[in-house]
Amino acid sequence: MTDQAYNFAYLDEQTKRMIRRAILKGVAIPGYQVPFASREMPMPYGWGTGGVQVSAATLTPEDTFKVIDQGADDTTNAVSIRKFFERTAGVATTEETARATVIQTRHRIPEEPLTEEQVLVYQVPIPEPLRFLEPSEIETRKMHALEEYGLMHVKLYEDIARHGQIATSYAYPVKVEGRYVMDPSPIPKFDNPKMSDNPAIQLFGAGREQRIYALPPYTQVVSLDFEDHPFDPSKADAPCDLCGAEDSYLDEVIIDDAGGRMFVCSDTDYCRARRASGHVGAKGVAEDAA
Amino acid sequence: MTRPYDIATRHRAAGRIARAPDGAMAAGQADLTGTAPLLRVEGLTKRYGTRIGCADVGFDLWPGEVMGIVGESGSGKSTLLNCLAGHLPPDSGQVLFDTRTGGLKDTVTMSEPERRMLGRTDWAFVHQHARDGLRMNVSAGGNVGERLMAVGARHYGTIREAAIDWLGRVEIGADRVDDRPTAFSGGMQQRLQIARNLVTGPRLVFMDEPTGGLDVSVQARLLDLLRGLVREMGLSAIIVTHDLAVVRLLADRLMVMKDGHVVESGLTDQVLDDPQHAYTQLLVSSVLQV
Ligand SMILES: Nc1ncnc2c1ncn2[C@@H]1O[C@H](COP(=O)(O)OP(=O)(O)O)[C@@H](O)[C@H]1O
Ligand SMILES: [Mg+2]
Repeated sequence: MTDQAYNFAYLDEQTKRMIRRAILKGVAIPGYQVPFASREMPMPYGWGTGGVQVSAATLTPEDTFKVIDQGADDTTNAVSIRKFFERTAGVATTEETARATVIQTRHRIPEEPLTEEQVLVYQVPIPEPLRFLEPSEIETRKMHALEEYGLMHVKLYEDIARHGQIATSYAYPVKVEGRYVMDPSPIPKFDNPKMSDNPAIQLFGAGREQRIYALPPYTQVVSLDFEDHPFDPSKADAPCDLCGAEDSYLDEVIIDDAGGRMFVCSDTDYCRARRASGHVGAKGVAEDAA
Repeated sequence: MTRPYDIATRHRAAGRIARAPDGAMAAGQADLTGTAPLLRVEGLTKRYGTRIGCADVGFDLWPGEVMGIVGESGSGKSTLLNCLAGHLPPDSGQVLFDTRTGGLKDTVTMSEPERRMLGRTDWAFVHQHARDGLRMNVSAGGNVGERLMAVGARHYGTIREAAIDWLGRVEIGADRVDDRPTAFSGGMQQRLQIARNLVTGPRLVFMDEPTGGLDVSVQARLLDLLRGLVREMGLSAIIVTHDLAVVRLLADRLMVMKDGHVVESGLTDQVLDDPQHAYTQLLVSSVLQV
């Protein structure tokens, strides 16, 4: 049961109401960064305090909670956030994407398509996509307000000029409903198309920078590009060595001291479910040994 | 969009102004020709506390005309220019610009989005210090391309072609297109700034001491280049300088400022060869002594 020393989901009700107001405003203005009074959380910034506050304001006792970090449920960060809400909210937790009602994530969108019953909460380190080219916050807010987004394309232009192609592969900027340019958080650009027209509610929380933004269900999200250098959501050109999936985002992992490598799904739940239903990749045998 | 250079029109316009030595013009006078001025300034005043920046300045600028503003340091040239270009809000007066859609419109009272739109389309501003007008961490090509992208250019190849073309027109080799301005000499930086400003064919160019801070030999080359561009493009421009050689070479008309006030104005040659105001006489003679 819930640890009685805490209010449900750790934050007091007034704080949660403040965060919910920010979330509602964000949902009403898709892609717009809403300032909110970020609270101290019992974990350091950079550990997803923005996402944790959004999750805390979103969770109800009936929810089933899942946390992934780089697609995996079993990393330190994911485990500690999951434990945190088990203790402070007493909610059920799961590693199965389909069973979860609230999913907090860092750096990935699950491979399994989300549904209208689900909320995806992103941890965001730097919410401002214009920050790298325009250091002034006053100026970037004005640029958003007046839709002055030429600078975003200057960044992509520089990419192509230097690398022959758009080299940005994480946190690839998007335009939301033809209006706000938004940083999708450091997900791989492979995940960008999943954001668009998604039935789930997508919420973004940046703790240190005190910003919340959101995509309501079925929002149009377009990755910025040039006519002659169209957006390409590429990934490693290989199937998963464990489950054989050809459509999932892969991590390259080193498997022995001799420099042996293999490609495996970054989404551990997706990979596990595929193997459970009989799919086997080229090195599927290695799985038994692990 | 460039207009044919029509020297006759210029001198007709200039001659009319020359009859108003205080720089002010009767409002009805423009109607005599049937064409509208590009810029009409009336009673423009800007104070810094009790100190006068510029006071009661009025003039008309006609399409294809280059107006020089001269005066010693502290006479209010930059203040006036910044008020004209919408960078500083004046305390009183009007700055009427011949907008594409609505004809003469007061840029002081128009909405900020509208004014900023003019700033990146119809207007250009060349700063004295290139670093104020360039993005130092963006390549030369990106710097020139920014204004194109700001107005919706989305074809990398076309943007790059235009950038290289403009670098050529300001005598910067195509092989420098991917270099950052930090790798350029002062003269090159200034030429890059000019290319960046002219690439979208602005209808009115503001320049604040464009040759200031450069070596004398570099100044001469830049002046030559500017004169060529002004003639070729039929630019309408307002050039602030304390250097009479600059206005003699570039300006059709001249306004002389002292302590924030316009003390004399007229055709450049007339004013320089036969100055009426004691201060102008001093200014001209001090140049001759150099
Ligand atoms: N930001 C400011 N605050 C206070 N006084 C200023 C400011 N900018 C300019 N001034 C004053 O206004 C007058 C005109 O300055 P300025 O327009 O810069 O002249 P110029 O460009 O001809 O050298 C000077 O007396 C100057 O000291
Ligand atoms: Mg000045």
